[in-house]
Amino acid sequence: MQGRTLVWTLIFVIAGVWLLLRATTGSGMGKAYVKRTDQQFVNVAEAGEAAEWIEVHTPAARAYDFQDLPRYPLEERVGWTEYDPAPPKDWAAAEKANPGQQTYVFSLWRSIGLWLAAMFTFGIFSFLYRDNPFYKISEAVVVGVSAAYWMVVAFHTTLLPNLFGKILPTWIQSWAMPGLKEERNLWYLVPLVLGVMLLWRLMPKGGWISRWPLAFFIGVFCGLRLMAYMHGDFLMQIRSAIVPLGVFGPDGFDFWESLRSVFLIGGLLVCLVYFFFSFEHKGFVGKTAKVGIWVLMITFGAGFGYTVMGRIALLAIRLEFIFDDWLWLIDPTGQRIGL
Amino acid sequence: MNAAWAWTILVVVVGASLVVLVTRREQTYRALKDLDRRWIFLLMLLAVAIPILGELTFPEKPTGLAKAVFDEIEKLEPGDKVLMAWDYDPASEGELGPMATAFTYHCCKKGLKMYYMTIFSPVGPQMIDDSINNVLKTEFPHYEYGVDYVNLGYKPGYEGVVKVIVSDLKELYTTDHYGTSTRDIPMMKDIRNIQQMDLIVNVSAGYAGTKEWVLFATTPYPENIKMVAGTTGVMAPGMYPYIPDQLLSLLAAIKGAAEYEELVMSAYGNDDLGLKYRKGMLRMGPQLIAHVLIIILIIIANIIYFAEKRRGAA
Repeated sequence: MQGRTLVWTLIFVIAGVWLLLRATTGSGMGKAYVKRTDQQFVNVAEAGEAAEWIEVHTPAARAYDFQDLPRYPLEERVGWTEYDPAPPKDWAAAEKANPGQQTYVFSLWRSIGLWLAAMFTFGIFSFLYRDNPFYKISEAVVVGVSAAYWMVVAFHTTLLPNLFGKILPTWIQSWAMPGLKEERNLWYLVPLVLGVMLLWRLMPKGGWISRWPLAFFIGVFCGLRLMAYMHGDFLMQIRSAIVPLGVFGPDGFDFWESLRSVFLIGGLLVCLVYFFFSFEHKGFVGKTAKVGIWVLMITFGAGFGYTVMGRIALLAIRLEFIFDDWLWLIDPTGQRIGL
Repeated sequence: MNAAWAWTILVVVVGASLVVLVTRREQTYRALKDLDRRWIFLLMLLAVAIPILGELTFPEKPTGLAKAVFDEIEKLEPGDKVLMAWDYDPASEGELGPMATAFTYHCCKKGLKMYYMTIFSPVGPQMIDDSINNVLKTEFPHYEYGVDYVNLGYKPGYEGVVKVIVSDLKELYTTDHYGTSTRDIPMMKDIRNIQQMDLIVNVSAGYAGTKEWVLFATTPYPENIKMVAGTTGVMAPGMYPYIPDQLLSLLAAIKGAAEYEELVMSAYGNDDLGLKYRKGMLRMGPQLIAHVLIIILIIIANIIYFAEKRRGAA
């Protein structure tokens, strides 16, 4: 066995034994809990009217007498149980007050998710050592899950309520969105037709059809953005740059605010000179342009500094997840008090 | 771990490294010149992990921008309407989660009506759920869904969504995130568009986010729409020019979050809350150590560069 392989084998064995000990002794680690909440909807519409489902525990239900639910026929009631994540301390407190209670329960699936998240985090981090199959699997899972999730969410948050819900509101309400209360609006056939035309590029013939809706979307977005950028980024920025060089406050001359104004105007002018190519950058113009480069470099440096700060924060939260949520080594927010 | 201990350890480590550098110059030069970058990754991991394990925090002194954000929310009266535009996803939760939590806590303490929505990503509603589950449901159980807060969820369309809801909110938001008709939600009954909001609080990780809200909401309607924002570090330099005319103020990255947390906790916090609402401050500990490491690495890299240049010339 090569030296490097031996070292890695030892690291994995030690980490595995430590994890096993930690998971099976004391308060354990990597366990997720949920709170069960029963949801109940009742159809309050009279016979012959369109269904009107009211959620029992919402303000809208106050107008009805839902104290005696069984008096509503079974087919007029729909119910399910929701599982919201709960901190381990809530489960511990509930168990202490009422052993064997069923409001807060251990969630096997969420716990498996927690362990998978930790493993995938290590999988992604492992690329820093070198490319490996574990990294490739993690990356493929992220890409696949994201694409599928995006598609499903877009269908339920946009296509159903904002397109099909406008064209066929009763049908959508009957099987997908009981809370939907829209009137038919056939103008929404236009985006439906445009959408179908856009997908026509997948057909073996007539790919050109997709260019028409594409041209429409590009035109609309160009118009929208042109106006917004002209107004917000161009005209407003010119206005914001017109500031007095000497600032006077209630106590007279404000030196620091004045200095800020001088830097603002000065920095703006030298940067503009740097991007002004109608004159050769020689002599006074050249020197001013050089100062402009320095101002730009300082700006890029500040931007890079912020980027570094952001990346460190991202690493910090992954490590917090590993140490806090998974390994239970730290508990800064008191999630496991009483466990 | 307190700051004094951290500084002591840091000074000892840097001092010992300098001693090694001076006494064994040639060996150190060769070792650093051919240093495998994976050692730097390991050092960075330790620089971030050790402060987290030691729960290292530093006192924060809020700057003018953080104070301005705090003051804008303070000016509001109980019952005022606030649009909470949570335009971020799990990829930027580390930077933006703490400020989103602090914003929610502050708005709850002020008794404001909160309208949550997101135009950034389909996983934005989960970020909203985080704020609701971690703050509203735990600290403010008397807050009622549909009366005190509502989750309008995610709508694709980026700036197109903003463009529509500045004039007609219900055209796009026919239902909330859970499928309930917005007509049945009491706090949505009188809402026609977002010009009726007393303030927009935006937490943004990129496109679509703060810039789109500025260009399509606050700029065309400067009298009716006011906004404060919190952004990632990458975005922050691009947002500063909008202050204060188009954007009232800005929390930049985790530093801005930590400063804002300090203001909120000073005004409304108590000891029982622990570090729950100080996650930004908690993440500033690793920031300091990691930044010191980066500065040392930059200095060392420059020393090696010039030493190599000098040797080459010789």
